[in-house]
Amino acid sequence: MCRIGAIKSLDYVHPSIALKLMRSQQEGHDNSGFAMVMQNLGGIFEPYKHLPTLSMACTDNGIKIAENILHEVGFRRTVQWSPQVNDWPGLDISAMPHYVFETFNYPYAYENLGKKEKQELLLDTRLRLREALEGNEEGFVYSFWPDVITLKEIGDPHDIGTYFNLWEVDDRFTAKVITAQCRQNTNYDIVRYAAHPFHLQGYTVLANGENTFYLKNKEFQQGLHRGYIGFESDSQCFLYTLHYVHRQLGWPLPYYKHVVTPLPFEQIEEREDKKQLLSMRQSLTHLEINGPNTIIGMLPDNTLFTCCDAKKLRPVVIGHDDKMVVISSEICGVNEVLPDRDWETDIYPNERETIAINDKLEVQRWKQ
Amino acid sequence: METIKVNNVTANDLPWKIIYDASRCTMCGSCVATCSFRAIKMKVERRRMVFSEGDFPDPKSRFSAVPVISQVDSIRDYCRGCGMCEKVCPNDAIRPERNPDTRHPIITRCMAGDSIKRGGRKNLEGSIRTLDSIRVGRISQMTDPSLDAQRHTFDLLAPFGRILPPGELPFSPSPNKKSELITNSTTPPVNWIYPVIIGDMSIGALSWRMWEAVAMATAYLNEECGIPVRMSSGEGGLPRRLLRSKYLKYMILQIASGHFGWNRIATSMPDMIEDPAGILIKIGQGAKPGDGGLLQAGKVAEHIQAIRGVPKTDLLSPPNHQGLYSIEESVQKMFLSMNAAFKFRVPVAIKVAASATSVSVFNNLVRDPYNIVGGFFLDGIDGGTGAAHEVSLDHTGHPIASKLRDCYLAAVSQGRQGQIPLWAAGGLGKTGDLAADAFKMICLGANGVFSGKLILQMAGCVGNDMGRCNACNTGLCPVGITTQESPLVRRLDPEKVAQNIVNYFLAMDQEFKKLMAPIGNSSLPVGRADALISTDQAIAERLQIQHVC
Repeated sequence: MCRIGAIKSLDYVHPSIALKLMRSQQEGHDNSGFAMVMQNLGGIFEPYKHLPTLSMACTDNGIKIAENILHEVGFRRTVQWSPQVNDWPGLDISAMPHYVFETFNYPYAYENLGKKEKQELLLDTRLRLREALEGNEEGFVYSFWPDVITLKEIGDPHDIGTYFNLWEVDDRFTAKVITAQCRQNTNYDIVRYAAHPFHLQGYTVLANGENTFYLKNKEFQQGLHRGYIGFESDSQCFLYTLHYVHRQLGWPLPYYKHVVTPLPFEQIEEREDKKQLLSMRQSLTHLEINGPNTIIGMLPDNTLFTCCDAKKLRPVVIGHDDKMVVISSEICGVNEVLPDRDWETDIYPNERETIAINDKLEVQRWKQ
Repeated sequence: METIKVNNVTANDLPWKIIYDASRCTMCGSCVATCSFRAIKMKVERRRMVFSEGDFPDPKSRFSAVPVISQVDSIRDYCRGCGMCEKVCPNDAIRPERNPDTRHPIITRCMAGDSIKRGGRKNLEGSIRTLDSIRVGRISQMTDPSLDAQRHTFDLLAPFGRILPPGELPFSPSPNKKSELITNSTTPPVNWIYPVIIGDMSIGALSWRMWEAVAMATAYLNEECGIPVRMSSGEGGLPRRLLRSKYLKYMILQIASGHFGWNRIATSMPDMIEDPAGILIKIGQGAKPGDGGLLQAGKVAEHIQAIRGVPKTDLLSPPNHQGLYSIEESVQKMFLSMNAAFKFRVPVAIKVAASATSVSVFNNLVRDPYNIVGGFFLDGIDGGTGAAHEVSLDHTGHPIASKLRDCYLAAVSQGRQGQIPLWAAGGLGKTGDLAADAFKMICLGANGVFSGKLILQMAGCVGNDMGRCNACNTGLCPVGITTQESPLVRRLDPEKVAQNIVNYFLAMDQEFKKLMAPIGNSSLPVGRADALISTDQAIAERLQIQHVC
């Protein structure tokens, strides 16, 4: 079973803290990889929050292909950062030759266009890059979005941390929200795209468990939006549903829970908003999830949230102090990061709750 | 060599032979009195008997006239193998035996100059049923735990009504609270009901006791057991008392090409205190596709005449709805008028026979921009019927499994799955196990199933798919189910029938949970073909499920 975790902080924090959060939970799983998404970036990326950053792992040829495409579309590089890697012998990592984190200016033609047009361009460009690099596994494009960085690799999380020099805390590579996960896909083939967190247009989701309505979700989602592709993991369905409900349909976040784990019919009947809830259950019945799951999600506005399956078959705990909130599959993860917090305020959400944390670090509990 | 008349009908020409043991018979007469087909009679035979009297053997013989039971040699009053004689005989003296050398299909046509009619299902020898080569093979274990059929709760409901695509839902933020949505305009009516509908058997096809028993069972399941089962009226109307009662909400009113019973339904509308559960427009049925209903005059009893508003005559529903030219027109005319009749509060669905063209019909309906059609009922070849021409029953139609799957996948390819709920039928529960059949159909893409023939079997129908009984068309049903003859109807205890149906549904409800729990689903796995496996490669490929061996 995967262990998942997330950190949301008032101050910028270094990803070593995410490694610590996950390392403490390593007994429960096979430590087959490390993946994280950082949002609301600090350090060298802080001045460029409004500009898109490309996160990509690739070969020499992959870089050339990607650069040609980006150049052709008209993107202009502003910042480039490649981690200094420690390629020591004996490290358990299946590293790619290059890791690229580059920030770009929008093409001139887009500079005066609205947010929506820019967002669609970013998605189209990422999909194009992905397709171009996919053939001979020349590269993997994880995200191309303002203020977001994604890193994914196969191997032992500790060694991956060593390889990317992530154990050494500095203030150049930081963020206020970090979501992380330490395991490769175990259900299907091990491919880099199958490791969560997954990112799409500012939305990030990671989940532990098994989505037994994967086929239903997938068959419905693949016709809904051009960005709903891959499906290398059943957890991607949670991201696409979040993106669809919150962004495409424009429904407030609390309705996400109503879509993925709708209330039983007899409970809907007793509600004042039964008309809306029943319509949602009907029209989005193919986005319902079944099976054991805990979901952690991040919205474009940096809101972090978590919710569970309708039977609460997977654990999750939220601990916090004045400056940081930590979501973790196991309490030991929270203890590692926030040893001095008041543990009596820890939250163990139930099967009908969504816990949401905003930028002021206000923790809200919504009963479905 | 004796001269004989070979063209006379004799017992060895008929599908069943009566095996009679005169030595066990007490001449009580029960068998003859019971046989509704008048296929056996009493007669007197001249018999030689050898006997001996006194202390030492001294055989003598004598001839005497002995009363016996014998089979009637007639293509009209022939034995159907129902076995009622055997059932009532106190001494095991009589029983029917299947005659493998029957010439019935030939001599009946030769002598009557008319096509053979009967009830029941397709009787041709079939191969192994498609559904029997399929198992629920994706079992949740370890990381994805099974649920507990006893402890967990399950949502066993299916939609009846048109479902809007999510983007068309008329939602907007609440003016009072921005984080809440409100609904701005009306949406099509949808009823969430049990995924098994009791299907489409009219008063007329059924005896009044049988129909009443089914209606009683339906009401009991709803009111006492909390299982929201719906019953389709069939084409033949409803008793006015039911139309005016609160139980109307459990009934789906069917309209077919004969429009039988609709005068009474229309004139009862002002007195209705509840809306019906839905309207089902029958275009065709699986057991006799391309053919209309057939109620022979013998079954048009006085109460049937009253309910349907017809004289005592053969009642034939035309093969198609007169005046409808195309699917588009039917959507405009019938669906709209049926929707309007109940002021768009009652979902309206369509029932068609499974056919090589079903996907085209479905596509036309699912692409209808007015979102009118609220259900696609697809009926396969193995469905039962009260009366049809045998040639239609045996040789026309389309199996349900692949056609249902085709329709579901057609919807998937257009991103329209679920917008028109799919309901499937046609031989489901044929082996007595409806939960398993229904569950597999649901995994293949059905929202629910409907079943008629199995309900009759719960009531005591002795007919089977190897030519036993199948005499629903004659009005002489030996167990009182498909007859309007008072002495026969009174053989049926409606309360016992209702109890059987209720108990079967309770058992089936448990079995559904026993199927959902191992695949880890708490709501119906509509379209979850990944939960199914098949040992037959051709079936697996055709239905796009995993082949196993």
